[in-house]
Order: sequence, then C-alpha cells, then structure tokens
Amino acid sequence: MDSALIPKGVKRCSLGLFTLGIAVAGAVLLWGVYAMLLCWIKGLNQTNMNDYYGFALWIWADLAVIALGGGAFFTGFLRYVIGKDELKNIINYAVIIGFICYSSALLILAIDVGQPLRSWFIFWHANVHSMLTEVAFCLSCYFAVLTIEFIPLILENRQVDKVPFFHNLSHNMHEVMAIFAATGAFLSFFHQGSLGGVAGVLYGRPFGSREGLLVWPWTFFLFTWSAAACGPCFTILVTWITEKITKKKLVKDNVIRLLAKISGWMLATYIIAKIIDTWYWATVTAPSMGFTLMDFYSNNAFYGIWILVLEIFICGIIPALILITKTGRNNSKLLMTAVILAVIGVCINRWVMVLQVMAMPVLTFENWVLYIPSWQEVATTILPVAYGVIVLALAYRYLPVFPQEKELNPID
Amino acid sequence: MKKEHTHENAKKFGMVIDLDKCTGCGACMVACMAENNVPFKKDESEKLDSITWIRVYKLTNGKSFPDTEICYLPKPCMHCSGIGEHGHSPCVSVCPATATDYDHTTGIVSQIYTRCFGCRYCMAACPYHARYFNWWDPVWPEGMEKSLNPDVSPRMRGVVEKCSFCFHRYQAAMDKAYTEGRRELEEDEYQTACTQACPAGAITFGDLNNPDHKVHELKKSPNAFRLLERLKTNPKVYYLSSRDWVRKAGDNYLEAENKVKKK
Repeated sequence: MDSALIPKGVKRCSLGLFTLGIAVAGAVLLWGVYAMLLCWIKGLNQTNMNDYYGFALWIWADLAVIALGGGAFFTGFLRYVIGKDELKNIINYAVIIGFICYSSALLILAIDVGQPLRSWFIFWHANVHSMLTEVAFCLSCYFAVLTIEFIPLILENRQVDKVPFFHNLSHNMHEVMAIFAATGAFLSFFHQGSLGGVAGVLYGRPFGSREGLLVWPWTFFLFTWSAAACGPCFTILVTWITEKITKKKLVKDNVIRLLAKISGWMLATYIIAKIIDTWYWATVTAPSMGFTLMDFYSNNAFYGIWILVLEIFICGIIPALILITKTGRNNSKLLMTAVILAVIGVCINRWVMVLQVMAMPVLTFENWVLYIPSWQEVATTILPVAYGVIVLALAYRYLPVFPQEKELNPID
Repeated sequence: MKKEHTHENAKKFGMVIDLDKCTGCGACMVACMAENNVPFKKDESEKLDSITWIRVYKLTNGKSFPDTEICYLPKPCMHCSGIGEHGHSPCVSVCPATATDYDHTTGIVSQIYTRCFGCRYCMAACPYHARYFNWWDPVWPEGMEKSLNPDVSPRMRGVVEKCSFCFHRYQAAMDKAYTEGRRELEEDEYQTACTQACPAGAITFGDLNNPDHKVHELKKSPNAFRLLERLKTNPKVYYLSSRDWVRKAGDNYLEAENKVKKK
C-alpha cells in the first residue's frame, strides 16, 4: 500500500507487520506521554526526587543520550572534516541517531524543570558563569545543525524528491554539509564539555569537583573525549540491532571496522586520561577536602567501589583493547561485546557523575541517601526510547538511509 | 548613593550561633516559617522534601552512655561568599538564569522566585542542603492565608527557595532610615526572625565587617568555626562551641590529620 514511498531497489516488510511494530512502540510512547503530562500538570511531586536528590534519573538520561548521540558529531567530523570517505555509508544513520538523542534530551529537560514555561529564561537572563547556560546554548544550536543535516535525507524520499524544489534544495544542502558538520563538531565539543563541567565545577561537592584548565574542569574534556569515543560505538550498536531486526546486512564490515578502530583509539586514550584524572582526584583533590577515595564508595553496596572498577576496567580498558586490535575488530562477537561494553561504560560514567554526586553527604552529620525513581520518571525516561524506535523505523522504511543496502541485498 | 556601595564600606551580614546555648527547642524554625510564609505539607514526617529555611540538627559524639553528648545545630543558608570572597558562591555561580544573586552591598545571597525556572542546579551545588524545592503549590489551612506576612511573597510550585536572612526586614529598615535622612542602620534595626525568637539568645546577627556589631568580635573567638571551611565556600554563618568534638563535626578530616586547631 505504501510501496510508492519506499526507496527503489530495496525490500521492506509488509505494511501490516510494520504497523504492528509501530503500534507496540506507540503504546510505550503513549505511556511515557501520559507520565509526562502528569509531571507537567501536577508538578514534579510525581517523581521521587527530593531536596537531596535534586538531580536524578532524568539528568542521567540526558547526559547519557547526549553522550551516545555523540556519534553524529564525531562521525560527521571524520567524514566531512577529516575526509574519511567510507563513513558516508553510515553517516546518515549516525545523524538520525544523533537527532533522536538530542531531541530526546531537550524533551527530558523540558519535563525536568519545575517551571517549563519559563525555560526561555536560560537564554534571556543567561548567567555566563553557569555551565548549564553553555549547555543550553550549544545544545539548542547543535540540535538545529542536526535538523539541517537530517533534512536533506528526508527530502530524498522518493515522492518528495519528485518535487524539483525539494530535489534541488536537497542537492544544495548536501553541497554545504561540510560546513554544518564542522559547526556541529565545534558546538558539540562545547556542550559535551559543559555537561562534564556541570559536575566538575561543583566545588562544594567533593565527588564531582575537579581542578582544570582556566574555567574548565578536567571533566569538561573527559566528557567530550568519552562522547567522541563511545558515541560511534552506539551508532555501531544501533546499526547492528537494525541489521538483526531487518535480517539484512546494511553496512559493509570495512566501514564498521574503520569506525570501531577510530572509536577504539579514542576510548584507549580517553581511559588513560580518565585513570590519571581518577588517580589525581583520589590522591590530591579529595584529600584536600578531607576525604579519602573509599569515603566516596564505602557506605553501601549500591554505591560501592565496584562501580569504579566496572566503569574503568570492564567497560573501559577491555573494550579499548578489543577495538584497537585487528583481531578484536575482525571477530564480530568480540567487536559487538566491546561496543556494548563501551556504551554501558559511558552510561555508568554519566550515572556516577550525577547520582553518586548527589548521594554522598558532605556535612559530617548527614547520611547517604538512596533514591528509587517513581514510575512516572521511568516512563518518561523510556519515552525517548519508544520515540527513537518509531523515528528509526520510519526513516529506515521510507528513506535511503543506507547507501550500501541495495548492493548488499540485491532483489532478484 | 554610589559611594555607599563600594567594597570599602560594603556590609557583610552574618550570624554567629552559640551551640553551647542552643537547646534545640526549634523556636527559630517556627519563627522563620511564620515570618517567611514557608509552606508545609499535611504530613511533615518525610524531611527530604519538606521546606525549612533553618533546620535544627541533632549531633551526637557517638559515644555510649554515660559519655554520650548531644548538640543541636541550627542550619540556615550560609550565604557563602565563595572562593576568594568574590561572590561566586557555589549556588550563584551555577544558576543558569541568574535567579540567585550575590549582593555585594550586603553579602546576602538572594533568590528571585519569579525568575527561577526550577532546574535545581543550585541545590546540587550547595553542600549544606540549604536550598529547598517547592514540590507542591503551597496550601494554607482555612483562614491561615490572612495571617501570612504581606512583606514576603509566597512561592509557587516548581521553584527553589531558601533563607534570605529576612531580607525584607533589611529593606524595611533601610526605607525607614532613608525617610529619617540616615544611610546607616543601627545593629538592632535589622535582625532576623530566628535571632529574635531564640529564647536562649544563641543566635547573634549583624554586620561581620562592622566593629560595633557583636558578631564582629564573636567570630574571632577561638571556639568559632564554620561548616565545611575546607571547601572554600566562605560561609557567613559562624558557630561557637567549647566542645572539641562539635568543632570537629564542622568539617571532614583525614584520620591522620590534626583535626582541630588547639586553642
């Protein structure tokens, strides 16, 4: 029924099956929208946040999706600025994933603030000293860039492309895409960094606080670095999941391996920097504030030292070692294990830099607090996942996302 | 007017709380809530989301009977001057919308409720947990709205609030002084509600820079300390205690460190 919209030379599942899949994701989406409306109408009392846990699940989700969406800016940077031409075969998907991640982050932020209608105050009454101000400006600008990068792909839909104006617009936008990719990389460097700075500048919170360079704490650079390392891993992971669902090879192995190799070296260098940062923090920064490393981890099992081991060793060193070796990259099981570990690792990093910062008491007569999110928080955090699935499904079905799909899956 | 607002004669309002005198009666908390129209819940047993601009903590020395000692510690906003005393307090420097500000003429950290959009970054930044979020709209029991303080605006759901050192009292006192042709206040003309309510006289309030004010001398006591001084937040609330363990409780120390300077 919708065959006129499907790109030529590729095969898609039946409209019925597609609709069923969209309906399942749509049901989850509606559940999230219901929770979102509850939060907007009744207020943040719908959450289990409190005055000790002012930042919680949503801020973690925000930081995590932005890190994972980092695949868009870094792949774009490699493709258009560095000139890694092979990556043209995955850049479309990286941009769509980035678009989903960033639009989700903006939506979550809109739910997370106590007075959403005043959100524009961040631009109007901007405090230039605040990392969050930098986040707001760069995030919004980069989302606009991602939208600009996404538009030409939408215009390539078979029916839209028939309109001469859209055809020419799409062509011309492709011509200048390098400028947008470079702008995006520049903006991303700052907002990924400022998100790291959000915790790093909290000099009243010893768990997050870091020294740094000029006005930027070390976490500023670490966040950008880790997003550039793990974002492409997420792009690879989503591509792999898409291939499993569609039962098709969509991107050639050499493209995936090239991205994995660059990602691996970024991860390896990042994890060295992260280890140095952790060591300095544990031996110099924290003791100057009266804390030992174990003061940060020893209170309960949930916030135990295992989380540091998991983040740095299991989800940092191991995937980096796999990805920088040819044998590791050429073994698809090892490759996917590394990619999954790297994605988990960056999510754990964002988790501790939000949740553990809040959980740890600073006053000697206060206690650790534990936090369990309400169902409304969980539903609104899952909402972007459902939204992402729907956007990806629609894009895959109706747009020429993967340039190598025809070649890899010839129709008899 | 301009001359008065220079750094040379800027005021630095602060508090000295004598913990040896505090009985933990909570009168300061009650007075603060009434003075500042602080909203409350039907059930206040969950303290993690209830609002108390000044909160009294119960500290113990951790020893068993008969060596047990307790100490009550009232904790308002510390009105930190920040690293280097430049006004970059932990909360002020992070607020993205300039909804909280450091007033260099008084040293008071303000909160602009109508500008706050509820991102709670300031709460994350404050190591004292002195900032509170309005998780609900305020609901006053029938008739109580008539007894609200007309000088203090009640806050709406979704914004952060905190102790203002009863800034409205400062404004009123300054208004009065101006009409009388004065530019300076006497010490007793501007006092916070908690200071006046404390039956034990444990709280002293005034200009820390002014040698004529009691706090100026009190903060120099060898028993004086501030909470979390090592973080360089530069709080303007000082505490007095003759007990070693209480002073030690004011900050975090490594085991090997000489925990509190000897008298």
